[in-house]
Amino acid sequence: MKIQLILPLLIPLTTAILSLLAWNWSTGRRAISVAGAFLLLADAAWLLATVWDDGIQVMAMGNWPAPFGIVFVADLFSAMMVVIAGVMGFAVAIYSLVTMDRGRESFGYYALLHFLLLGVCGAFLTGDLFNLYVWFEVMLMASFVLLALGGERPQMEGAIKYVTLNLISSALFLAAVGLLYGVAGTLNMADLAQKLRAPDDANLVTTIAMLFLVAFGIKAGIFPLFFWLPASYHTPPVAVSAIFAALLTKVGVYALIRVFTLLFVQDIGYTHTVILILAGLTMVTGVLGAIAQNEFRRILAFHIISQIGYMIMGLGIFTQAALAGSIFYTLHHIIVKTNLFLVSGVAHFVHGTYDLKKLGGLYKNFPGLSFLFLIPALSLAGVPPLSGFFGKLTLAQAGIASEQYVIVATALAVGLLTLFSMTKIWLEAFWKAPPQLPTEACDAKALGSRAAYYLLLSPIILLALLTLIFGFAAEAILVVSLRAAEQLMNPAEYIRAVLGKTS
Amino acid sequence: METLLAFVVGGLYAAGLYMMLRRSVLKLIIGLGLFGHAANLLIFTMGGLTRAQPPILFGLPADAAAGVADPLPQALILTAIVIGFGVQAFALVLIRRAVQAVGTDDLDQMKATDT
Repeated sequence: MKIQLILPLLIPLTTAILSLLAWNWSTGRRAISVAGAFLLLADAAWLLATVWDDGIQVMAMGNWPAPFGIVFVADLFSAMMVVIAGVMGFAVAIYSLVTMDRGRESFGYYALLHFLLLGVCGAFLTGDLFNLYVWFEVMLMASFVLLALGGERPQMEGAIKYVTLNLISSALFLAAVGLLYGVAGTLNMADLAQKLRAPDDANLVTTIAMLFLVAFGIKAGIFPLFFWLPASYHTPPVAVSAIFAALLTKVGVYALIRVFTLLFVQDIGYTHTVILILAGLTMVTGVLGAIAQNEFRRILAFHIISQIGYMIMGLGIFTQAALAGSIFYTLHHIIVKTNLFLVSGVAHFVHGTYDLKKLGGLYKNFPGLSFLFLIPALSLAGVPPLSGFFGKLTLAQAGIASEQYVIVATALAVGLLTLFSMTKIWLEAFWKAPPQLPTEACDAKALGSRAAYYLLLSPIILLALLTLIFGFAAEAILVVSLRAAEQLMNPAEYIRAVLGKTS
Repeated sequence: METLLAFVVGGLYAAGLYMMLRRSVLKLIIGLGLFGHAANLLIFTMGGLTRAQPPILFGLPADAAAGVADPLPQALILTAIVIGFGVQAFALVLIRRAVQAVGTDDLDQMKATDT
């Protein structure tokens, strides 16, 4: 029983409560938020190191033994996701210091940010299916309020769609949990994995699996279920967009990978083929939707959908190499996509708009920022030697090895279209001459707050450096991803860790 | 009894879906509520309906568990009801603010952020 497994929940919870207590103390709230995010990151790194050295870590809540009590489990995949959540929380906490307006700050923005991190880390670490539902609700509740905080008209319209579709998803998830309990009589994931190896009624289990696919698919934003995402992600302040883009859909992807490697592997020929087809359609619709857009954040929102396709493509192929590709791609995507949202916020900071038609001249005025945009943009499109290239390469190699040529061709074509979208942003926002003469306005604003501008750039630089590390040290990250995928493909280790040690 | 409850659950899902497809934003929230209740009742039914002892086993032999109601589905439902209650309260405040901001409760008028 190791303390670092439970700290990713305790740290955000304490931070959120402390920042609520500092309701009238603005400086204290900001300091608490950044410190809490940093502690979370440090603890997550500690957890990852522990899991790497000592194998899967398990903690039984209240010391109730495994199939009866709720357990928290950290395998390598969970630990990696917690680390990346910590990085994103830290980057966005710093970024919020500059971009978040006074009104939202004083109505509990920082507390909500940390409640969101609490829900996300809980969902990554829990080993119980119903507990996963509870963490989803914690995360959703925080995200609902973050999305609606401020109460502007577009936010309200986006929030209604977001809330509705996510509540439907939660209701379906709950129904699926109930049905699964009726079939297997347990909700502990390791115990379920054992019981579902030889189910009484395989067809019923496959039906339940499809219900989980729909419930998590809404959260992840896969092909026919993604409509809440482009309707809402561009409405809140950019720091909120960035943390949403980083973590929310990825929790859905994590849940999909978890249940479709651990629980629902009786009928791979059917379930994982469905996932593979959906992955292809998700890639294509997302990237085509992005082409039609002319607003910085809307383009990025559609690209999230397209990239979700790559993440579940590895799950659909279902080999160790493919899953490692998925894990690598998820990590890479979180870093890169968050960074692009942060850059779009800087463009808004100096020009006051996200509309590509009204932006322009960023390269002339801010060459450093333009370079910082190019790193994640080219990485997203998969240009070597950046991180996206190695993610796509791993997935494509795994696809060819399993003779899934159609999905590999789709993935590569979508990569080209992604490059097209990124080129469009580059040409419109950075390269072309500014349409009117906002130069004096933007210079005055930027020069008036140089320090704020550099503080704004610091998380972007941090994430760009991470992208470069992922690109140039791809070998090391892939080794970790491969071992995480090995743990996912052989659930025996997971089951033994949960049911064996704690009894 | 299970058959009857199955029909009730189906009816609740149908009613919830119907309400969600209406144009009024308030009916959307009512529909979401019905959806949640249907899921709760589904868990209750799937847990197995036993007309037997309450699940309090104290100082009894281990095989006394036969014929005793399973308490776990009820614990799950209780949690789900509490969460659903909180979410519903939030959703009501949200639609009130949305109606104030947009000036109508017609969902067809709330398309400005769609693409």
